[in-house]
Amino acid sequence: MRMKYVLSEVLVGLWRNVTMTIAMIITMAVSLTMLGASGLIYTKVADMKELYFENIQVSIFLKADITEDQRADLATRLEADPLVSQVTYVNKDEAFQRFQEMFRDSPDLLSAVKADQLPESYRLNLVDPQEYKAISEQYAAVEGVDQIVDQSQVLDKIFNLFTAGQNIALVAAIAMAIAALLLVANTIQVAAYSKRREVAVMKLVGASNWFIQAPFVLEAVVAGLVGSVLGLGALIALKTFLFDGALSALQGLFAPVTWGEVLLTFPLMAGVGGLISAVTAWVTLRFYLRV
Amino acid sequence: MIQLEQVTKTYPKASRPSLDNVSVSIDKGEFVFFIGPSGSGKSTIIKMLLHEVTPNKGRVVVNGKDVTSMRSWKRPHFRRSIGCVFQDFRLLPNRTAYENVAFALEVIGKTKAVARRVVPEVLELVGLGGKEHRYPHELSGGEQQRVAVARAFVNRPLILLADEPTGNLDPDTSIEIMRLLDRINRTGTTVVMVTHDSNIVNQMRRRVIEIESGRIVRDQARGVYG
Repeated sequence: MRMKYVLSEVLVGLWRNVTMTIAMIITMAVSLTMLGASGLIYTKVADMKELYFENIQVSIFLKADITEDQRADLATRLEADPLVSQVTYVNKDEAFQRFQEMFRDSPDLLSAVKADQLPESYRLNLVDPQEYKAISEQYAAVEGVDQIVDQSQVLDKIFNLFTAGQNIALVAAIAMAIAALLLVANTIQVAAYSKRREVAVMKLVGASNWFIQAPFVLEAVVAGLVGSVLGLGALIALKTFLFDGALSALQGLFAPVTWGEVLLTFPLMAGVGGLISAVTAWVTLRFYLRV
Repeated sequence: MIQLEQVTKTYPKASRPSLDNVSVSIDKGEFVFFIGPSGSGKSTIIKMLLHEVTPNKGRVVVNGKDVTSMRSWKRPHFRRSIGCVFQDFRLLPNRTAYENVAFALEVIGKTKAVARRVVPEVLELVGLGGKEHRYPHELSGGEQQRVAVARAFVNRPLILLADEPTGNLDPDTSIEIMRLLDRINRTGTTVVMVTHDSNIVNQMRRRVIEIESGRIVRDQARGVYG
C-alpha cells in the first residue's frame, strides 16, 4: 500500500509540473551525454596510447656521406644498447619504396623525388618508448648521424588534442550538471510547495521523514534516470551517425569504439544522474521542508 | 503526563523571553485551559509539547519522554501519541472527510483495511455519521473542526492538544466542539487547550492556567476566565 502510494505520488508530481520535468530531463541528458563522451574519450586515449606506443619507432637518419665503417660501428652500438629492443636497417631503395607507397596519390611529389635523395636510416623499437631522450642524446653526436626523429613526439601532440577534447566535454558536463542541479532543486521546491498542506499534515500526525521525502526524492531520481537513458540514446546516435558515419574514413586512425563500451557508459551515467538528483532533492528538502 | 520544569524560552532576536521560568505539571486524564493575551507564550507551550520548539533552559517531559533532549529523527514517532487540533482546521481540501482521517492513518503505515474499520467509527463518534464523503468546502466550520478532531483522535493519542479550536466558530458551534472534546477527555485522553474564549472557560469549569508575559500568574483547579 505505502509503496503504491509513494509511486503514484511520484508520477503525479512529475506530471503536475511537466514543463519543469522536461527541462530537468533534457539538461540532465545533455550533461550525462557529455560525461559519457568524456569517459569514452578517456578510455579510447588510454587504448590508443597502448596501441601506438607499442609500435612506435625512433628513426635515426644517416648522412649521405656516411662511410661503411661508421655505419657498421653504429649498428653494433645500437644492437648492444639495452634501451633498444629491435633495430631495422632501411636502405635508400627501401626508403624510396616506402615513400612511393605513402604518397602514391600525389604523382607530382613522386616524380620530383629520386631514389638516391632519400636518406638511409635505422628504425628502432624501444623497450620503453619514453626513453627517447636518452637515445637522442646518446646518438645525435655520433659521426654519420644526420637526424633523430621520434614518432612519439608527434603522437603526443595528437593525444594532447584528444585530452583537450575530453576536458572540454568534462567541463561542459560539469556546467550542464550545475544547471541540472539547480533545476532539480527548483522543481523539488515547487513540488514541495504544491504539496505543503499534505506535508504539514504528515508532519503533524507523525509520518516518518523518509515517507515524507521519498516521493520528492524519487521524483528527482526518475528524472535523472530518464535523462541517463536519453544520454545513452545520444551516445548511440553519435556512434552510429558520426563515428561510424561521417567520420568512418578516419577509422583506421582511432581505436574503434565498440557497442560494449558505449553500453558500459550507461551505469556511469545512470549512477551519476540518479545520485546527483537524489542528493540535490534531499538537501533541498532539508532546507525547504525542514524534515 | 506533561511536565514543564523551570522552562525558559527566548526566541532569537526577541527582547524578552516568551516563557520565563515556567513550571507546570499536568496529570493523565486532566483537562487544562491555557489562557492569556496574545503573545503571552501560550502557543510556545503547545509548540514545545510537539517538539517544534526546544527550551533554552529547563526540561519538558511528555508521556515520560524528555522532549528537551529528543533527537529530531525521533520526533515523528513521538508525535503519533499526540493529537492536534488548530483554529484553521488544516484539512486537505481535495479529500473527503473520510479521506482526510484515513490519510492520517495511512501515512503512519496503517493499512487501508485498518482505516476502513476505524475511520467510520471515529467519524460517528464526532457526530459526522453520514457525511463521510463530503469535501471540506461542503461542510460547515463546526463540521470541519469535527473532522479535524476525528483526525487527531483516530490514532487514540494519549494527549490531545487544541490551539484555539473554537477561534473560527460561532458560540453555539463552539460549545458543541467543547462537548466533543469533553467526551474525548472522558475516554482518558489528556486534553490541553489554548483559548481566548472566556465563555467556554467559564462554562467548562476545568483547570485554568493563566499566562502573562511568559509567566504563570494563576493556576486554578476549577477556574473561570477571570
